[in-house]
Amino acid sequence: GWMNKHLNLVPALVVVFYELDWDEPQWKEKQSECATRVEIVRQSLQGRNTKVAVVLIQKKTPLPPGEDVIASERAAALCNACDLSGKSLFVLPHTDHLVGYIIRLENAFYEHAQTYYYTEIRRVKSHKEFLNKTTHQLLFVRHQFKIAFFSELKQDTQNALKNYRTAYNLVHELRAHETNMLEIKTMAGFINYKICRLCFQHNTPLDAIAQFRKHIDLCKKKIGSAELAFEHAAWMSKQFQAFGDLFDEAIKLGLTAIQTQNPGFYYQQAAYYAQERKQLASMLCNHDSSVIYPNPDPLETQTGVLDFYGQRPWRQGILSFDLSDPEKEKMGILSLQLKEKNVLHSELIITLLSNAVAQFKKYKCPRMKSHLMVQMGEEYYYAKDYAKALKLLDYVMCEYRSEGWCTLLTSILTTALKCSYLMAQLKDYITYSLELLGRASTLKEDQKSRIEKNLIKVLMNESPDPEPDCDTAAVKASQKLWADRVSLAGSNVFTIEVQDFIPFVQCKAKFLAPSFHVDVPVQFDVYLRADCPHPIRFSKLCISFNNQDYNQYCVVEEAYQKSDILEQSSQGTMCLVPGKTRKFTFKFVAKTEDVGKKIEITSVDLILGSESGRCVILNWRGGGGDAASSQEALQAARSFRRRPKLPDNEVHWDSLTIQASTMIISRVPNISVQLRHEPPALTNEMYCLIVTVQSHEDTVAKDVKLTAGLKPGQDANLTQKTQVTLHGTDACDESFPALLPDIPVGDLQPGEKLEKPIYIRCGTVGARMFLVYVSYLIDTIVEGKEILCKCHRDETVTIETVFPFDVAVKFVSTKLEHLDRVFADIPFLLMTDILSASPWPLTIVTTQLQLSPSMTPVDQLESYVENVVLQTGESASECFCLRCPPVTNASGVATGCYIISWKRSSPVESVPVVSTVITLPHVIVESIPLHVNADLPSFGRVRESLPVRYHLQNKTDLVQDVEVSVEPSDAFMFSGLKQFLGTTISAE
Amino acid sequence: MASAVTYTAEWPVLVSIIFSPPQNYPLYIRSVPTENELKFHYTVHTSLDVVDEKISAMGKALVDQRELYLGLLYPTEDYKVYGYVTNSKVKFVMVVDSSNTALRDNEIRSMFRKLHNSYTDIMCNPFYNPGDRIHSRAFDNMVNSMMMQVC
Repeated sequence: GWMNKHLNLVPALVVVFYELDWDEPQWKEKQSECATRVEIVRQSLQGRNTKVAVVLIQKKTPLPPGEDVIASERAAALCNACDLSGKSLFVLPHTDHLVGYIIRLENAFYEHAQTYYYTEIRRVKSHKEFLNKTTHQLLFVRHQFKIAFFSELKQDTQNALKNYRTAYNLVHELRAHETNMLEIKTMAGFINYKICRLCFQHNTPLDAIAQFRKHIDLCKKKIGSAELAFEHAAWMSKQFQAFGDLFDEAIKLGLTAIQTQNPGFYYQQAAYYAQERKQLASMLCNHDSSVIYPNPDPLETQTGVLDFYGQRPWRQGILSFDLSDPEKEKMGILSLQLKEKNVLHSELIITLLSNAVAQFKKYKCPRMKSHLMVQMGEEYYYAKDYAKALKLLDYVMCEYRSEGWCTLLTSILTTALKCSYLMAQLKDYITYSLELLGRASTLKEDQKSRIEKNLIKVLMNESPDPEPDCDTAAVKASQKLWADRVSLAGSNVFTIEVQDFIPFVQCKAKFLAPSFHVDVPVQFDVYLRADCPHPIRFSKLCISFNNQDYNQYCVVEEAYQKSDILEQSSQGTMCLVPGKTRKFTFKFVAKTEDVGKKIEITSVDLILGSESGRCVILNWRGGGGDAASSQEALQAARSFRRRPKLPDNEVHWDSLTIQASTMIISRVPNISVQLRHEPPALTNEMYCLIVTVQSHEDTVAKDVKLTAGLKPGQDANLTQKTQVTLHGTDACDESFPALLPDIPVGDLQPGEKLEKPIYIRCGTVGARMFLVYVSYLIDTIVEGKEILCKCHRDETVTIETVFPFDVAVKFVSTKLEHLDRVFADIPFLLMTDILSASPWPLTIVTTQLQLSPSMTPVDQLESYVENVVLQTGESASECFCLRCPPVTNASGVATGCYIISWKRSSPVESVPVVSTVITLPHVIVESIPLHVNADLPSFGRVRESLPVRYHLQNKTDLVQDVEVSVEPSDAFMFSGLKQFLGTTISAE
Repeated sequence: MASAVTYTAEWPVLVSIIFSPPQNYPLYIRSVPTENELKFHYTVHTSLDVVDEKISAMGKALVDQRELYLGLLYPTEDYKVYGYVTNSKVKFVMVVDSSNTALRDNEIRSMFRKLHNSYTDIMCNPFYNPGDRIHSRAFDNMVNSMMMQVC
C-alpha cells in the first residue's frame, strides 16, 4: 500500500552530485549538462513534491561567501538554469575537512526532507478539511493515520503519537458491523502497535501498558463473524504477542521490568488466545474430508493484493453492510475455514509458551515457569510429539511433588502416563503407574483400579489397555508398538529408584536395636505397605548391606511356578494387601571382623513380576522411604492423635521409624578386673598397682593380654613424667614407657584368677588416669555357628601423686640463734627438718649431706635419722656443724645437697629405696673484723665466782685498737677489769 | 461471547491457605464453581512466586510493623489474585473474577482478616496438628458464608 510507497519508493529529497569548480573554464557547457541532469530527475519525479538539490563537488577550498564574485554570479546562474532555489545548491569541497562538510550536508538534507514531509502533512490536512464526519468517516481515519505516519517519518515522534492517538479514537468511532469488523480490528491493531511503540520509545512504559489494556478491553468483545471466531482469537493472540515483543524490545534497550509486569504475561496471554483459536478452529473447521476447496479461489483477487488491509478479498470496494452475494460470502468463509485447518496451532502455542517461559525465568517466577512448561508439555501431547511432552512433564514433575501439590502432580502424571503409553515406553509407563497408584495421587478408586490392572498386565508381559481420551489413531499405532514389545525378548528387567517419587508400595526397614553384640544375631524388620486398590504379588524381597556378605541371608523369595499366578491365594506371604502393613523379619550373624563397624542397609529391593514375564525392581536407597515420607514422619511425630488399637501382630505405619544402620559391638566380657593399690602415690616412688583378673567364662579364655599404663590422650608432659614397669625391684629411669601394651599373660581356665603387679613411677605431683585393659579370645556358638570372639574389659583409675615429705633447712649459730648470713671461718649449724606429708608411714633409710667444696664440716657428718619411721605429720630433724672459709663472692655460696633415702614402711619387702635429693639453699658469707667469743661455764653456782673468759680474735691483716667495757647485769657482782684499752694484733 | 470457552468461565472466588515454607503445599483450597478446579490450583500455585518475592522484599522490616495484607499479587485478563501472609509465613491467597468490581481493597482485606481469625481458631485446637490439611466444619462454614457474600 501507500506506506510501503512512502517508506521505500517515494523519496523526500533527490540530490544530484556534480563535479564542477567555480573557475571551470568550460563553465557554460558544464552548467547546461548539470541542468539537464536535474531536469531528468525532475521528469522522473513527475507529480511528486519531492525536493531536488544539487551538490557541486569541487577541488578547491571555497572563499568566504561574498568575496568570490565569480562564484556568487555563477551560482545564481546555475540556480536559474536548473530552476532551483539558492537554498538547494550546495558545495562539497573535496579537501581536508571532508567529514565536517559531510555532516553539514547531512543536516541540510535532513531539513529539506523534513520540509517535504511537512508539506505532505499540510497536503493531507487540507484534504481532511473538505471531509464531512458523517459521510467520510473512513477517510477521517485514513488521513489522521497518514498525518501521524508522515510525522513519524519527519522524526517528530511527539506529534506522531498525538496523531496516532486521535486516529485510534476515530477508529473506534466507526460504525462496526460484522462485515467490516476485521478491517476495523486490523486498523486498530496497527495504530495500537504504533502508539505502544512510540510510548516505549518515549520511555513511558506505563502509557504503553495503559493504551494496550484499553485496546484489549475495547476489542475483546468484537468477535465479528461467529463462523470465523478463530480469526478473532488469532488476532487477540497476535496483539498480545506484538505487545510482548515491543515490551521485550524496550527491555533490551534498557527498560527494567518487574516480576508482576513483564513480557512473559503477554506471551502467556497470547498463548492462551492461540489455544482458544485452536479450540475454535477444531470446532468450526471440522469439515468432512469430502469438502473441497472452492474454485475459483475466493481469496484470490485480480491484482493479487488487497486494496485495503483487513478487507475480505471477495468483498473489496463494497462499503455497504449488506451481504450482496450470500453464495460468494459462504464460499469465502469456507475457504478461510479450510485454510485455518492447515494451521499448525500447537506449534504457534508452543512458541509463545516457550517465549513466556524464557521471560518468567528472568523475572524469578519458578512456579509460573513450571506451569507454562506443563502447558507446553500438554500442547506437545496434543501435537503428538510425545517424546518432547514427556521430557517437559518429567522435568517439572519433581517441583510439584516436592511442594506437595498432589492434585497438580496427579494431573501431570496422568498426561505423562498417556504419553508413555502411546510411545510404549515401558519404564516410564511403569514409573508413572506406580506413582499414580500411590498415596500422593488424587485419582478416584476406579481409575486406580484400572491403572493397577494395566500394570499387572505389563508385568505379565502383556499389552495394557489404552488410556482413556487418547487419539484413536495414536492408540492403534501404540498397540502395535506394545505388541512388538511383548514379542521382544530380553531387556525385561527394570530397576526403578523410588526415593525420588512416591510409589504405591512404601517400605521401612528397622534394625531392632541401635547396636548388637557380636555373639547375638542381628535382627531387623522390613515393613511393606501397598496403597493400591487391589492386592499385589511380588516375587522377591532382598536387602543389600554395606558389607555385601550379609545380602545372601536377607532374601525372601518365592519358588516361582507358572500356575501360581492363576491361583488367587492372595493372603500368601508374597502378597501385599492394600492398607495392611506387612512385616518381614530377618536375622543373621555378624562377622567378627565387623566388630566396631556399622552395618548399614544400603538398599531394599522389591521385585514385582517375574523373570519369565517382566520384572520390575523397586529400589529403595537406605532403609526405605520415598519423596514424601520424611514430611509424613515429621507430621506423625507432631501428631497427638490417638491411634486406634490394632491386633497385636499389626503396627501403625506412621509409628514406624526407619533405622537403617546398627553397630556391631564386641561380646560382653565375662571376666572381672580388679585393681588393688594404696593411693596416693608418692613422688618418684615405685607405686605398686596389683591387677587381679578372674575369668567367669565357661570355656578357656585364650590369648589373654594386658595393657596397662597411663591412659592415652592426657597432657603430653605426663607421658614423660610417668614410667610403668612390671619389675618393681629396681627403680626405673626416664627411658621406660608410660604405657605397656599387650603384655601376654597366657590362657585363663574357667574360674582362674591371675594377679599381676605393675609398678608406676610418677615424677611430678598431680592426678593421672591409668588404664588397665584386658583382652582375650573365646569361642562361642551363635545360632549353631561357632565363632571366635574377641572380648575385652577395661578399667581406669585416677591416681593422685603427692610429695612424700617437706624438707625445711635453716642456718643457726652455735648458740642456736637464727642466721640470715654466716660469718667466714666461724662455725654455724645447718638444721634439716623432714616433715612427713604421706598418709602412709615412711621409713627414712638414711640421709646424707653432700657439701659443696666451699663448705667444710667441723665434725663428722653422719646421719642421725637412720631407719626412723615417720607417721603422717611427724618430722625428723638433724643438724650439722659447718664452717665456711672466707670468700670474695658476696652473693652467696652453695651449700651442697641433702639426700634422703626412703621407702614406704609397707610390708612388701621388695620395694626399692628411693633417694630424694634436696638442694640446700645458698648462704651469704660475710667476713668480720673482730670475733668475740665468750667462754662461759655451762652453769654457775650461787655465791660462787663464775669465771668468764672472752676471746677477742682479730680477723683482719691489720693491727686494731680495741676498747672493751664490761657492764654486769644486776644479778652479778663484778670483779676484774671493767674497762680496758689495748691493741690486738692481726691473726697472722 | 459464548464462543470464548476457557476464558469467560465464571470464577467468582477461590480461597486457599498454603502452609509456611519450605513445604508450600495447600492446607485448604476451595473454589466456586468446582469445574476447572485444576486451573485454579495452578493459579494459586503460580501466585506463590509473587508472594515469595514480596516476603523477601519486606524481610528487613520489623515484624510488628509489617502489613500482613500483600494486596493485589498480579492481575490477569480474567481474574485478580490477592495475597496475605501471617507472621509465621502462612500464606492466604484469594482469586476473584476481575469483573467483580464490587470488591475493593478494603473488602478483600477484611475478608483476609476473617480468614486469619478462623485459621487461628483452628490452630488453637489442641487436636489439630500443624501441617495437616484442614478439615473443619466451622472453617468450611466461614468460607462458605464469605463466598456467598461475594457472589
